[in-house]
Amino acid sequence: MTPKTTTKFGIYGGQFLPEILMPAIEELTAGYEKYKNDPEFTAELDRYLADFAGRPTPLYHAKRLSNAYGVKIYIKREDLVHGGAHKLNNTIGQALLAKYMGKTRIIAETGAGQHGTAVAMAGANLGIETVVYMGSVDMERQRMNVYRMQLLGAKVVPVESGSKTLKDAINETLRDWVAIVENTYYIIGSVVGPYPYPVIVRDFQTIVGNEAKDQIMHAEGRLPDSIVACAGGGSNAIGVFYPFLDDADVDLFAVEAGGSNLMVTEKTAYHSASLCTGELGSLHGAMTKILQNKYGQILESSSIATGLDYAGVGPELAYLADIGRIKPRNVSDDETLDAFFELSRLEGIIPALESAHAVAYVKKAAETGELGDVVVINLSGRGDKDVDSVAKRAGF
Amino acid sequence: MNIEDKFTELKTRNEGALIAYICAGDPTPDDTVAIVHALVRGGADVIELGLPFSDPIADGPTIQASIERALDAGMNPDIFFDLAHSLDVSVPLVVMTYYNIIFKRGLERFVRDCVKSGISGIIVPDLPVEESDGLATHCRTHGVDLIFLIAPTTYPERMGKIADRGSGFIYLVARIGVTGARDDIAESTLSLIDLVRGTTQTTTPLAVGFGISTPDQASAIIKAGADGVIVGSAFVNIIADRVNVPERIEELTRELKSAVL
Ligand SMILES: Cc1ncc(COP(=O)(O)O)c(C=O)c1O
Repeated sequence: MTPKTTTKFGIYGGQFLPEILMPAIEELTAGYEKYKNDPEFTAELDRYLADFAGRPTPLYHAKRLSNAYGVKIYIKREDLVHGGAHKLNNTIGQALLAKYMGKTRIIAETGAGQHGTAVAMAGANLGIETVVYMGSVDMERQRMNVYRMQLLGAKVVPVESGSKTLKDAINETLRDWVAIVENTYYIIGSVVGPYPYPVIVRDFQTIVGNEAKDQIMHAEGRLPDSIVACAGGGSNAIGVFYPFLDDADVDLFAVEAGGSNLMVTEKTAYHSASLCTGELGSLHGAMTKILQNKYGQILESSSIATGLDYAGVGPELAYLADIGRIKPRNVSDDETLDAFFELSRLEGIIPALESAHAVAYVKKAAETGELGDVVVINLSGRGDKDVDSVAKRAGF
Repeated sequence: MNIEDKFTELKTRNEGALIAYICAGDPTPDDTVAIVHALVRGGADVIELGLPFSDPIADGPTIQASIERALDAGMNPDIFFDLAHSLDVSVPLVVMTYYNIIFKRGLERFVRDCVKSGISGIIVPDLPVEESDGLATHCRTHGVDLIFLIAPTTYPERMGKIADRGSGFIYLVARIGVTGARDDIAESTLSLIDLVRGTTQTTTPLAVGFGISTPDQASAIIKAGADGVIVGSAFVNIIADRVNVPERIEELTRELKSAVL
């Protein structure tokens, strides 16, 4: 049994789950403790990260963007990870953990399809049966990713409940886990959900920050003044931030989806900025900052970037925001689109719309001096998946 | 009325308890009043009123749909407590809702509202015993039962912790899975009853739910030694049909109740 105090980050986190899953969560906690420093496990994971995922990813000095925005910008190229996003760092780690724990079936939720694709890749590579739950609205929005997952041998199950998007897909994946708990491993896609998931996913994503720290020291001979990452659930953000938490001079900015505006109605938020505007509550197994109405019903969030479109955020990020170690920010859909175009034209890199939020914030904040002189942007993914929807918006 | 008193009363008559679940506000609060009265006329011993939450992870499609209908019709905690208060029934009422609804209202305020509106117990399917200190304290102070679930996956040491903390009755989850009507009954469900009693030596009544919908299942469970059965989706299916709802609810209740006599 894990002592209760260790399942929380301050008041955030915990395990708000049906009793039926508690033994599985304890088994996961024990399994992760057993294997995380196991030489065989870590050696195999390192091999996968190098030869399958393509790590390390470069830290790239973006000269033209730096000139345009007036700060020295380095881009951590998670867009170059196999699958096109940082997601595989986590899924390969968890799929391997599932294998070591003797699980024969992996399940996952997906919003944009990025996490689902990364799960399907890991599942195919390790030869484990893979089922991905996806809201039917999201399936319509991201048809190519649905096909990609099927191509990789995963079964994609449409979710028709609620808003038919990411949060409903998580609900349905939890229900699957409840139903077939014995042989099944749930690979959650971000630093959300019940403990120990926020820790497991963070640990697997920390490689991003570890590499970036070495690389910036090599390039600049010093740490950056600030690091900027987009935050949906927050896995790429905490992954790049974590190794810098003790470096008090490095400012850490988590940029959320400001959507069309920061307004909410009884049922809907026109944004997904849960760190910036959310209130304490429990969602998907954790206490965190969530978008909810006065009765505690979860709002349907929105964003131009499907991968940020979530009403909650990782509990550790909520904690780090409260103690002032990270700075939550948000940018609008329109600011994001501008950055999407600018990075494409100035650097020849088409960013994921999620990642373009980080770029957009750098543009906005560079003018105020808030970011200092040297900035690292974590470019969590590439934008190929978004080209279609951006082209439609642009009237192409 | 106090839940354990109800079980004691039934025990002296050698009856099993029939616990009926419906989601309040499906399709409207007025309908809920009529349905509750039909349940009472049919012989339900305890009524579990669902207070709908937008993201019900422990519920299957039937109850999810009921929750969605109730939310669409405007059900919220304020209306819920008014509704419960207005119900003039002789059987104990229990609220079943998810933790965020309780947390958002404030733990103590929620428990006080239960007392004020005549609700004797609270079931929270996403609140494991580890996270329950706060709510349990307020429940104890105000004399409201906090009812916990024991699942087929719960191992003996956890059973003990749960039995120690819970009161009113213990909710045994009949099968691995979410709520929803089935027509079979697993051997393991029947053995779970003995296992829980043997392991925990608890005197708290045991009621079995999840997937119970027919009189045959209900009677098998009582014969296996449970003190009560919990039926939800079978009632909710009738409500979803919208045809002769109170009559059919009353009839099903009567059939189920006669199976646990
Ligand atoms: C490219 C990309 N970046 C960011 C995210 C958001 O996730 P997180 O906040 O966990 O990094 C996603 C999610 O799908 C994504 O695909």
